[in-house]
Amino acid sequence: MIPELGNFALALACCIAATQAVLLLLGAQGREVRLMAMAPGLAFGQLIAIGASFAALAWSNAVSDFSVRNVAEFSQSQAPLFYKVTGTWGNHDGSILLWCLVLAICGAAVGAFGSNLPASLRARVIGVLGAVAAGFLLFALTASNPFTRIWPPPMQGQGMNPLLQDPALAIHPPILYLGYVGFSVPFAFAIAALLEGRIDAAWGRWVRPWALTSWCFLTAGIALGSWWAYYDLGWGGFWFWDPVENSSLLPWLTGTALIHSAIVVEKRESLKTWTVLLAIVTFSLSLSGTFLTRSGILNSVHAFAVAPTRGLFILALLGLVMVPSLLLFALRAPVLAPAGLFAVLSREGAIVLNNILLCSIAAVVFTGTLYPPFAALLAGEQLSVGAPFFNSTVLPLAVPLVLAMSIGPALSWKRAELFPAFLRLWWAALAAAAVGIVAALGWHGLAALGFAGAAWLILGALADIAQRIRLFRIRFSESFARLAGLPLGAIGAAVAHAGLGVTIAGIAGMTLASQRVVFLHPGQSTDFAGYRWTLQSLDRVPGPDFVSRVASLEASRNGRTVAVLHPADRKFPVQGTAVTDTAIRTNLLVDLYSALGNVRNGGAEVRLRYDPLAPWIWLGAVVMALGGGLSLADRRLRVGAPARRGARVPV
Amino acid sequence: MERVGILRRPLLLMPLGAAVVGGIGFVELLMRAEEGRYNPHTVPNLMVGHAVPPFSVGAAPPGTGFSTADLQHLAKPVLVNFFASWCVPCHAEAPLLMQLKAEGVPIWGIDYADTEPALGRFLAADGNPFARLGGDPKGEAAIAWGISGVPESFLIDRSGIIRWHLGDPLSPAIVSAQLIPLVRKYG
Repeated sequence: MIPELGNFALALACCIAATQAVLLLLGAQGREVRLMAMAPGLAFGQLIAIGASFAALAWSNAVSDFSVRNVAEFSQSQAPLFYKVTGTWGNHDGSILLWCLVLAICGAAVGAFGSNLPASLRARVIGVLGAVAAGFLLFALTASNPFTRIWPPPMQGQGMNPLLQDPALAIHPPILYLGYVGFSVPFAFAIAALLEGRIDAAWGRWVRPWALTSWCFLTAGIALGSWWAYYDLGWGGFWFWDPVENSSLLPWLTGTALIHSAIVVEKRESLKTWTVLLAIVTFSLSLSGTFLTRSGILNSVHAFAVAPTRGLFILALLGLVMVPSLLLFALRAPVLAPAGLFAVLSREGAIVLNNILLCSIAAVVFTGTLYPPFAALLAGEQLSVGAPFFNSTVLPLAVPLVLAMSIGPALSWKRAELFPAFLRLWWAALAAAAVGIVAALGWHGLAALGFAGAAWLILGALADIAQRIRLFRIRFSESFARLAGLPLGAIGAAVAHAGLGVTIAGIAGMTLASQRVVFLHPGQSTDFAGYRWTLQSLDRVPGPDFVSRVASLEASRNGRTVAVLHPADRKFPVQGTAVTDTAIRTNLLVDLYSALGNVRNGGAEVRLRYDPLAPWIWLGAVVMALGGGLSLADRRLRVGAPARRGARVPV
Repeated sequence: MERVGILRRPLLLMPLGAAVVGGIGFVELLMRAEEGRYNPHTVPNLMVGHAVPPFSVGAAPPGTGFSTADLQHLAKPVLVNFFASWCVPCHAEAPLLMQLKAEGVPIWGIDYADTEPALGRFLAADGNPFARLGGDPKGEAAIAWGISGVPESFLIDRSGIIRWHLGDPLSPAIVSAQLIPLVRKYG
């Protein structure tokens, strides 16, 4: 009964979304005030319907209703309740439903927080979101309906992938989706602006919080996935330039460009066409990320099965979103005349440079990711593009980007002088160079470049704040008062830039990592990276739906125990698979990392790693997202201030 | 207000053009994937075009085994199929093999890393499509043929040259689009 209600709610959501698209877009075109006023109501209605549908699927998973095909294929009764519920989105059909739910949340959020928008813009934004939602809901209903029943129901489910039974992975998809799907709102704003035929400073101010929110979630989502690969999968690295990883990095890169170019629209009414294109491209890349992973067209460690039929469906959907919007862009973009002119050397100029570099990196990653399938298509060659290509092409573009990141905020709008910027930043440059030289003497060139870049970003961010509060030039108490009065947006930007510096420091630290694989019997020990590693014991421990083998590995330095690590592997008899649980001890400066390999003859193969600064990679991402959150807090205050509602449409 | 340069309009159409071209490419890739002509996961097998490698597989009841010499002078092209009783895709592939057998395609099976009782249960459950059958318990033949997993299939022409390789389970689309035309060509 519950699954049927879920199915019905899904169909209802699809109808509401279609209504939303037709009525609101027509209403806005014809300036029908009553139709436009329905926008929030329809958006909330869609959210309630899809929410009910999602709840029904989660319920079916929670009670292990194996007559639902989706539950029977991907769940099992012994799994802990938490993972039964999170397993709802751990498979294709369920994750499409989650996608639709997040899209509906975005629409409802525009309805809830968009009361200061002009009625026609709000109606168009929600209408465009409805059109996208209608497509995906139709896809969920017809091609990947999670509520299909099977008869007779099996006694037991086929079990969920043990890899998915992990807290980080349980929340990774929802957060990533909030980021991916969140970019549907800037996209909808872009389409609405093209339909309205006008973009002004206010548009930039409205679109920026949405882009920033999505960017924060995407940053956190990507970091979480990378953290999971490092800590749980025991891959021993944080980024593999895998197609699926790249497909999440692409919208992040263009999204980062978007949140910067939208500032120029807001402050200077320039870069309008470009910003609109970025909004469309970012959402399109988010969608293609889904397509590329789900169709299995790329060779990836994420090992999705090749599913041509499903791929064609998603591709058609992608075409339905992208072709009309890019056509609209080509037709209407000339109407968006730029207002503010600016010199090359200015804050705007720096942001243009940032956009060019970010988009170049995106283009390089895009090319590398899609080269193998297209080489197969055009030249019939089977080849793969790996980390060496990406490292050697992204690095030369990242260096000027990092260099410009600290200089940009030191330039003034419209027309800037280099000398004042130099006065602000000379000490940061000097310190970064010193860090680089010390690192180059101690380690190698690549690490030196990384540490110098990290120091430059962090100190550059500090210099920016120091300048704003006139540190050391007025009394300290006055500086402090200025700090408290600084707009959160300025602090947020500095924090986010410093966050990237922290991440870069972590990556530079990882280039100094070392590893060793040894075979130890209980009682034996080995010396590695300045520590003595002793295998104390090797035990079998039964779990609820698995059997695990746990090693106790002591790491000691100068006779003093630093850590006892418990790397393990878990065998799941129902699924016939095994999972490795790495054990990592961190003091935030160094990770001691151990993973259990083959166990034979009473001994075990252990993989040991010494990863300096590894946690900083993810710490930096958290700081970046935090910086985004800080600017967001600022934005929201300012967005509410000038009430422009009804300025153009009399109610 | 509307100052559109001659160059601007084509420039603005470029994103659309790129998306359309990319989309067409992906449709083509997906169509090829459907027919088995494109698979991002396969490792190309370098044996195609060469003679059957030196190997021999022992008895695996009811099969009596075979070796390189048996594959050198054939009356009809032979499909050599590596499989195992513990391999789920092999079970899934079995009905298609039975259908090929009914259509008169001789299939020679090599049972990879398996035991006799398990093989017996496999054949009892899924039927025996194999004209000849051998066991490769230690995986020596698998190394000689250069397979990367089971199931994998090879088509051998009448003079013992490997003409076709598939590193995946057979599917009806692959059989009709690739295998059957080759069987006819070399038949």
